[in-house]
Amino acid sequence: MKNGKFLTLGIESSCDETAVAVVANGRELLSNVISSQIDIHTEFGGVVPEIASRRHLENVNWVIDKALVDAECTIDDIDLIGVTYGPGLVGALLIGVAAAKAIAFAKDIPLVGVNHMHGHVAANYLEHPDLEPPFMGLVVSGGHTNIIFVEEYNSCTKLGGTRDDAAGEAFDKVARVIGLGYPGGPKVDKAAKEGDRNAIEFKRVYLEPGSYDFSFSGLKTQALNYLNSERQAGRDINVNDVAASFQEAVVEVIVDKAIAAALEHNQKRIVMAGGVASNSRLRELITERAAEHNIEVLRPSPILCTDNGAMIAAAAYYAYQNGERSGYDLDAVPGLEF
Amino acid sequence: MKELKIERIVNKSEADTRKLGLELAEKAEAGDVIALIGDLGTGKTALTRYIAEGLGIKDTISSPTFTIVKEYKSGRLPLYHFDVYRLGDGEELLDIGAEEYLYGDGICVIEWADIVADVLPEDAIAINIEYGENEGERIVNITR
Repeated sequence: MKNGKFLTLGIESSCDETAVAVVANGRELLSNVISSQIDIHTEFGGVVPEIASRRHLENVNWVIDKALVDAECTIDDIDLIGVTYGPGLVGALLIGVAAAKAIAFAKDIPLVGVNHMHGHVAANYLEHPDLEPPFMGLVVSGGHTNIIFVEEYNSCTKLGGTRDDAAGEAFDKVARVIGLGYPGGPKVDKAAKEGDRNAIEFKRVYLEPGSYDFSFSGLKTQALNYLNSERQAGRDINVNDVAASFQEAVVEVIVDKAIAAALEHNQKRIVMAGGVASNSRLRELITERAAEHNIEVLRPSPILCTDNGAMIAAAAYYAYQNGERSGYDLDAVPGLEF
Repeated sequence: MKELKIERIVNKSEADTRKLGLELAEKAEAGDVIALIGDLGTGKTALTRYIAEGLGIKDTISSPTFTIVKEYKSGRLPLYHFDVYRLGDGEELLDIGAEEYLYGDGICVIEWADIVADVLPEDAIAINIEYGENEGERIVNITR
């Protein structure tokens, strides 16, 4: 406790980022440190690499220290530790889990293991202080495309997910096919602004009627086939048109399904999360369509959309309030279901 | 893997790809590593999905590009599905602890395996997939 506030330390290391944050009373962001966003080269005299668990190991201690310093507190002020225990890469997850358990044990601080996906949803509690369940959650990122009905703080149901590629991944792959490079999301978004979204007819894949699942893998093949046939016919390819038409095919399906889910469950709010929530066309179209049904659309700022420790702290806080505790036997679960 | 034919086949359609996947699954033994090499859209994930089907795995086989590896344990043998597209070289694969999978109790299917060829076991089965002349056609080379 500091200044009468309950402080949660959130640790996230499920994939590329080592990220740690301090959150007060589950809502107020005191610090938010993400390893890849710091110029460690100048600050610490090294290079910040990604992915490898070894590198999470190199990062985790100073990222925790920096999160505490930024929050102007010490480890003795921390009332709760939340840590991502899945889904993700086992080696990467283990570093965060081991660090969290070690501190919890040494300092006798309660520990709560958090599902990464629950964390993404909880990011919105930090951005929107008045937001309370129930609402419809839409998590779209490089690794996930999920529609989640959040009934209560600690109770939510996954209505649908991707059956092959995640939305962000589809952006990356098509960006590569049309020569836009990495990262595909922002590049396609930018190119699409100069293109005609009705230029090429990409199929909208809705799957079975009533399904909230997604399938984006076929779009990549469609884009490849289109490029091949245009090249064979000796026609020039307008990259901006391909980007705009492809993006529209992805975004339209996501928006239609999210709104259908909200209507079916009588929800007046759609809460977005994940990196793709920053896509400008997705934001535009979902806001437009939602307004037709008097549905409000919320999303966190870009920094809270990507993987971060703050969302884990927020999710841990509400789990803790609900009486959840993890023991020192908490283990990483790479294939953790929603 | 027992009695694996070293061969070059032409898959006319996805049905042929399924047949190959089911056959690989039937012959698979613990410790097998299947290295898939082929361009975007040649059907590496599709082939993996049929191997999973052949192993009796009921889960959805979604792309592991983001998490590098996904584990499936509901079949005859555990399936470790890798996509190393985001990695730079074999060293990075070992950095994520891949040895435990490569020399483990299940079968590893690795997409974009050419990137990490330097650290794969010598007896890995290499499957090269290329576009054929006609739409939907794929030329598949199996070697080890």
